[in-house]
Amino acid sequence: MVSAEYGFFSESPAAIRESISNINEAGAFGFFIDPQRCIGCRSCVASCAECGTHRGHSMIHLDELDRSVSTQTGPTVCMHCEDPICAMSCPADAIKRSEDGVVHAAQKPRCVACQNCELSCPFGVPMVLPGLEQMLKCDLCYDRTSTGHRPMCATVCPSQALLFAPRHEVASLRASQPLREFRIGALTVKTRNAIMVPDPEIPLNLDASLLCEGAL
Amino acid sequence: MAALPQPSDRLAAQFGPHLNLAPPGGWNAPDQPERLVPTHCCFCGQQCGIKLKVRDNAVVGFEPWEEFPFNQGKLCPKGVKRYLQGNHPDRLLHALRRNEQGFAPIPWDQAMERTVSGIRRIQEAYGKDAFAVLSGVSLTNEKSYLAGKFARLGLGTRNLDYNGRLCMVSAGAGNKKAFGVDRAANSWADLERAEVIWVSGANVAECAPITTDYIWRARDRGAKLIVVDPRITPLARTADLALPLKPGTDSALTNGVLHLLERWNLLDRDFIREHTNGFEAALEAVRPCTPEWTSAVTGLPASAIEKAARLWGEARTSFLLHARGIEHQSKGVENVNSCINLVLATGRIGRPYCGYATITGQGNGQGGREHGHKCDQLPGNRDIENPEHRRHICQVWGCTDAELPGKGLTAQEIMNAIHAGEIKGLLCLCFNPLVSLPDAGFTREALERLEFFVCLDFFLSETAQHADLVLPSALHEEDEGTSTSTEGRVIKINKAVDPPGDARPDWQIMVELAHRLGRGQYFDHFTSPRAIFDELRRASKGGTADYAGITYERIEAEHGIFWPCPSEDHPGTPRLFEGGRFFHPDGRARFIPTPWRPPMEVVDADYPVWLTTGRVVYHYLSGTQTRRIGFLVEQCPHPYVEIHPRLAARYGLADGDAVEVATRRGSLVLPAKLVATIRPDTVFIPYHWPGPLSANLLTARHLDPVSRIPEFKVSACRLGRTTPDRFPAELLELRRMAREASSLQGDIPGQVF
Repeated sequence: MVSAEYGFFSESPAAIRESISNINEAGAFGFFIDPQRCIGCRSCVASCAECGTHRGHSMIHLDELDRSVSTQTGPTVCMHCEDPICAMSCPADAIKRSEDGVVHAAQKPRCVACQNCELSCPFGVPMVLPGLEQMLKCDLCYDRTSTGHRPMCATVCPSQALLFAPRHEVASLRASQPLREFRIGALTVKTRNAIMVPDPEIPLNLDASLLCEGAL
Repeated sequence: MAALPQPSDRLAAQFGPHLNLAPPGGWNAPDQPERLVPTHCCFCGQQCGIKLKVRDNAVVGFEPWEEFPFNQGKLCPKGVKRYLQGNHPDRLLHALRRNEQGFAPIPWDQAMERTVSGIRRIQEAYGKDAFAVLSGVSLTNEKSYLAGKFARLGLGTRNLDYNGRLCMVSAGAGNKKAFGVDRAANSWADLERAEVIWVSGANVAECAPITTDYIWRARDRGAKLIVVDPRITPLARTADLALPLKPGTDSALTNGVLHLLERWNLLDRDFIREHTNGFEAALEAVRPCTPEWTSAVTGLPASAIEKAARLWGEARTSFLLHARGIEHQSKGVENVNSCINLVLATGRIGRPYCGYATITGQGNGQGGREHGHKCDQLPGNRDIENPEHRRHICQVWGCTDAELPGKGLTAQEIMNAIHAGEIKGLLCLCFNPLVSLPDAGFTREALERLEFFVCLDFFLSETAQHADLVLPSALHEEDEGTSTSTEGRVIKINKAVDPPGDARPDWQIMVELAHRLGRGQYFDHFTSPRAIFDELRRASKGGTADYAGITYERIEAEHGIFWPCPSEDHPGTPRLFEGGRFFHPDGRARFIPTPWRPPMEVVDADYPVWLTTGRVVYHYLSGTQTRRIGFLVEQCPHPYVEIHPRLAARYGLADGDAVEVATRRGSLVLPAKLVATIRPDTVFIPYHWPGPLSANLLTARHLDPVSRIPEFKVSACRLGRTTPDRFPAELLELRRMAREASSLQGDIPGQVF
């Protein structure tokens, strides 16, 4: 039922804030990436650059998969691996994963900006900016979640292709299924963040000429 | 007289567009705000809630406003970066007077005197109506209301119109015909549980991005989605039924669906009998519209048309949305009424999860079209030719009927009259007609013929470059007031910072001009936006758009109020037409017959390809604001031609090649963008740019006979492969600026943590 008072939220933003503030202990909230919903607007990219810890630099990539055939786009944010390859490949042990499953940017003074993390991450997330001898990456907006706010990108995302929500509510919010395990080469990667798996029945490429001819 | 005082590149060097890339002081400057000001985004009719971070009288960033119910913190990239329009190097800080060297700053008092004497000179020589006002609906309700009163009582001209004429007037006219009122029938809350959502000519994901989530939520509950558009827009990509029809054939499709609803007996006959008039005539008009006929006209397979009729006809709840795609046509009003006919025929309106709305484009497109800066309208959505309506307004304004001018020309017709030498003087605010009107070459000629032209703007827009005087006005965040969102929700815009230099809100400028014109008795009491709003409430009382019960305090306490709200104890009206009661005197809705007719211009041997125009997510309207924001320009620096690979092959075009697009109005050379997401007989160009990059060099001044909206969405063009050396210098400069924005996006922080 749509709540007259809070629109689509089942609880007031203040109550949600209260529950988000528990994220660090319980990891009760999950981050769900649903490319099917993505409209390619790059609000996530734009808003990530507003962050207080890496101002002016976005930690998010938004790619057109193949614009010649489809408007499908895909946002890439850090998946926060359970056993992060970036951390495994770090010679300085500068990349830490906190108990709530969040993988943090490389810590100074350990980080030597060797770029191993950049090269090894299967999702292409960590960045070593020229001129800054430190790897930066998404830390799931620790400054925001620790004060009871959703991460910035998942707050602004107009299509909610980036969703930050209680894990137990996702089944009731979404028709698609969360996936947290990925085979990359010989490696199996388990992640804190999930990709919502699209309905295989829905074609991702629609050629207008074929639609006009009734061929799709 | 009003030709450019300097070549446009020299003006650009002085007045921009330059790019604002970072908040005041750069990315490393402190961003801890002194205050957070809850207000709204200025960049579309959804009017998303946003909190602006303010420090040292500057907007330094934003914070999502999660409590505001419409968007709950969501923002599109224009909203995220909107704060960069403040503290902008191009900002006009002083009044400007044109001279042979360009534009020179002059003292405020002198600018006012020159404006007043210019207006007087024109009106004494040629008559009151020879001075026109063109206004815009990015203005608050207060400013919109005042622009109407200023033109009529301050200047005594009947020739006042607004850029809503290029936006949703077809929807407004169609809604008034069918329902007796012009407003979204529902709040967006009804979208979520609709079983079928029909979207016609609305690129929701790019032009109303926040609405996307409402539609996706409905789909997660199992709703079916039908998207009608010559292009596979991001919303259409996963639709249950994407219908890429030929441009200009929208009412053929909806007529064909109504035909099938009747044939398959998928009508709500009880609703039609009890709550509507005119069904038989509407049905008669669609008798010839068999699936075979509809297929031949629209270029869609008959099976897809049948599927649309099944999906729509068999649903229990539904929501139909449309926007400029069907409205920007010489039969825009008929397209709208043919959509409404589908809604009425199935009786799915005025109930929970049964809805209908146009998606308003401009910031205050809804409120701005209600309170009298349309040429035929008085506040409260009253009719300027209705003696009773005039009497009410004369009473509120304290003027005589003789003082209140009658109906004037519409926006395009004002430009035509300027071109013809019938209108000699113009005051233009919140409108950039040189970019946004069709047939831009004609518009330029018209502006050059003005004897006296004054512009109010915060940047020197392409139109303002032709002015004799430019008065610096205030940004959205530098004044307070109300606006009305696409849902019909009246909301409060709050002031975050003071305007810089001599800049001031448009309402102050109009009040001062009226005073100096000797008409102070009607304006001097307007000492604040609130004073204007209080008069607007009285003026709108008893009209369809009744704001009488809405106060600034109530809006803030209740997160907006849906009109009509006739008294302070009235809760407002999120859903119209409950119980099947419509706003016509008999309480019944009207079917309007929409017999098919083709667009004004159709493809032929000389111009064999359809051309349609539109927007991208990164820019707002004529781009005066968004073409000055680094991130947005980086993402989409310049226009391009979307073309299907199959059509491109006919001209030997590869992706990125230079292609010349020509119509009977003009031509331009742009890069080709090869995409299979557009019909192979149609090309698309986004319209946000000026000069040789302006899609409106190509579009025609064909108007809808009722709404007088231009047919932006349908032209016939021809294509030709050409060489990159014919790309306009402006295009190359924009590419350079985008690269620069990309490389300078952030300062490198000294130490992160």
